[in-house]
Amino acid sequence: MNKEPLSIALVGNPNTGKSTIFNALTGLRQKIANYPGITVERKVGTTIIGGVLHKVIDLPGAYSLNYKKLDERIAYETLIGSYEHEEVPDLVLVVVDSSNLDRNLYLASQVMDLGIPVMLVLNMTDVAEGKGIKINPDLISSSLGIPVVAISAKNKTEIEKLKGEISNFDLSKPEALKWNPDDSLKEAMDLLINDWIKLHTDIPDRAQAIEALRLISEGDFKDAFYTFEDEGKGRATIRKAQQIIEQGGGNPMAAEVLLRYNFIGESTSEAATHSAQSEVSITDRIDAFVTHKVAGPVIFTLVLLFMFQAIFSWATPFMDMIDLLFVEGGNWVANTLPDGMLNDLLVDGVIAGLGGVVIFLPQILFLFFFIYILEGTGYMARAAFVMDGFMTKVGLHGRSVVPLMSGFACAIPGIMATRTIENWRDRIITIMVLPFMACSARLPVYALMIAAFIPSTTVLGIFTLQGITFFGLYIFGIVMAVFAAVVMKRIFPTGQQTPFIMELPAYKMPKWSVVFQNTAERGKVFITEAGKIIVAISIVLWFLASFPKTEMPQVVQSESTEYDSSFDITENPESYQLRHSFAGRFGKMIEPVIEPLGFDWKIGIGLITSFAAREVMVGTLNTIYSIEEEDGESSTLKEKLINDVNPETGKPVYSIATAISLMIFFALAMQCMSTIAIVKRETNSWKWPTAMFVYMTALAYISSFIAFQIGSNL
Amino acid sequence: MALFLSDISSPDTYRVKNIQGADTTRLLEMGITPGIDLKVVRKAPLGFPIEIKVRGYLLTLRESEAKCIEIEG
Repeated sequence: MNKEPLSIALVGNPNTGKSTIFNALTGLRQKIANYPGITVERKVGTTIIGGVLHKVIDLPGAYSLNYKKLDERIAYETLIGSYEHEEVPDLVLVVVDSSNLDRNLYLASQVMDLGIPVMLVLNMTDVAEGKGIKINPDLISSSLGIPVVAISAKNKTEIEKLKGEISNFDLSKPEALKWNPDDSLKEAMDLLINDWIKLHTDIPDRAQAIEALRLISEGDFKDAFYTFEDEGKGRATIRKAQQIIEQGGGNPMAAEVLLRYNFIGESTSEAATHSAQSEVSITDRIDAFVTHKVAGPVIFTLVLLFMFQAIFSWATPFMDMIDLLFVEGGNWVANTLPDGMLNDLLVDGVIAGLGGVVIFLPQILFLFFFIYILEGTGYMARAAFVMDGFMTKVGLHGRSVVPLMSGFACAIPGIMATRTIENWRDRIITIMVLPFMACSARLPVYALMIAAFIPSTTVLGIFTLQGITFFGLYIFGIVMAVFAAVVMKRIFPTGQQTPFIMELPAYKMPKWSVVFQNTAERGKVFITEAGKIIVAISIVLWFLASFPKTEMPQVVQSESTEYDSSFDITENPESYQLRHSFAGRFGKMIEPVIEPLGFDWKIGIGLITSFAAREVMVGTLNTIYSIEEEDGESSTLKEKLINDVNPETGKPVYSIATAISLMIFFALAMQCMSTIAIVKRETNSWKWPTAMFVYMTALAYISSFIAFQIGSNL
Repeated sequence: MALFLSDISSPDTYRVKNIQGADTTRLLEMGITPGIDLKVVRKAPLGFPIEIKVRGYLLTLRESEAKCIEIEG
């Protein structure tokens, strides 16, 4: 019995049911966070076995310790104890998909080289049996020299069996049996270890052999997480080691892998038997339809359509409820507390800010609910397969489609959904172009401008000019996203190329506990991490719009000249306050800058306040034009916009050119603090949100400038 | 003339002869080793990626990766 608390690491290929085991072991006693400085998620939990509390770490899925992806690197670093916040685990559970033994054991054989106590968990034994594969765990155990436990993690009692095995694991057991490097590989490894790794790196002893093998096959230590004082010598030593293998007639990139597979083949030849099996499985039959050249894209489109229709129609009532809750709550606080600054801060700053965070939850939860179902069934990989050909043409990835489509509802869940894209470069490009998708917060602005300034002329019998403009704005967003992606693909350095090589897991029913738990986690991560930033910015925006405090004088006729002599509308205290606030002054200040776009100071204020959320633009214009009723009264706002006349020129302030320019600006500019906050969280740096803000806003400015200048000179 | 997986147009089973190019290590690690039989299952709408079955599981490869896999003619 292990009475001491252990640190147990779960390692395994993707799609082995590793997370299911982690969830079953830890239940709700788990924490999810990012590894510091990077975007790979780190899952740590605890499990109680026989009264002892053990720590369980779920390492990112990996095919090999010879890492090609950040996820795999984290798994490697954690295992060898060179990851700063983690000690070397006391026990490693290598979770293996029994229906795919050879490839899974490849990783296991690497882990066994590290000299850490290893237990092999043969998972998905039921799937293997369905495929006609029978495995004898005892034979595998004796041929590999490590304890083996066969389970099906779906089954609760089998988890208890696993717990029992952990508890009874003898940590002092002799080391696992090893594959044997041939003479030239051995010589090459020794050379590298003695002449380079021992002298110039601080790689722990246990990992030196694995590191040597990695360097030999890689040919370089590019992307290594260590710094060296003498890189030239290192490269020369690696080259020398490679030459030893080449002289022995081998290929440095292949030598280790081939020997390992030989070792695995020998170890499993008797332990695993394949009975003759009908070649066509259920998965094959579904795939014949779902990944079909023609039917595939059609099915994918239907799936997306259903998904987004559901998100829109199911999330809306919740969003309305949340909105109502926070408005009513705000009103209650406003009426309960004594008037004053604290009241304003709480109601218009804090409560409004919190409301602005929570309002995103329904869409995030629904989107991720669907995504985890699609992932859980295995369909997501098929969708990526079907779409990859189209998406690579524009610099994106097959897996970019779902996040980009989510962007039509809201960029926030879309950006969170880019997590499914493994390749960092593909992922960052998807994130950077995603906010061009016309999200629902742009709708009120588009609707107002179109209703006010685009004539409802009928075109081609069935369409109206208004409808076409609306549609055009959506297409415009997509075109700009594609354009930006193509450009970024050229700008961004390729770095270490991640192979596309993607597994299509067998179809299965999603595990509902995993779906719900993961969905809830996404919501929690958004609220706790992006939420902080959103509330903070809300308070800043509230401050800008509320200070300095000014009282509206009894007589204001001369006052309005200070801003704009055209502004002869009867003022109310709110509009007066807003115009004289920092935001108002700032809006006035930037007027010369935005004038070439056809915007005046009133729109300028709106541009600043709409950073809270794009639809705030409409509310701000309502306030400026002193419209008493805030919501649903856009018809009066529409009239005021149309009738607003510049007294100097006697011409209307807003023209079709202004409206088009403003819509283009809203289509392109990065005007959403919540997006900024989520990009910060997902990329773990301020670099990307800053770059996003600058390039999108610059693009918006230039495009609106061109549109207005052409439009107003026609 | 060497024949590569990227040249294949008909779904059929092929024997791997050799792996070469930049992604050699990862392709081998995924179990595509010389001498193993792999089945080309189908192609995606624009021709690539392709879907193959090797060692009993399904894998997709882009054209650049299929080019690394030499097969016996």
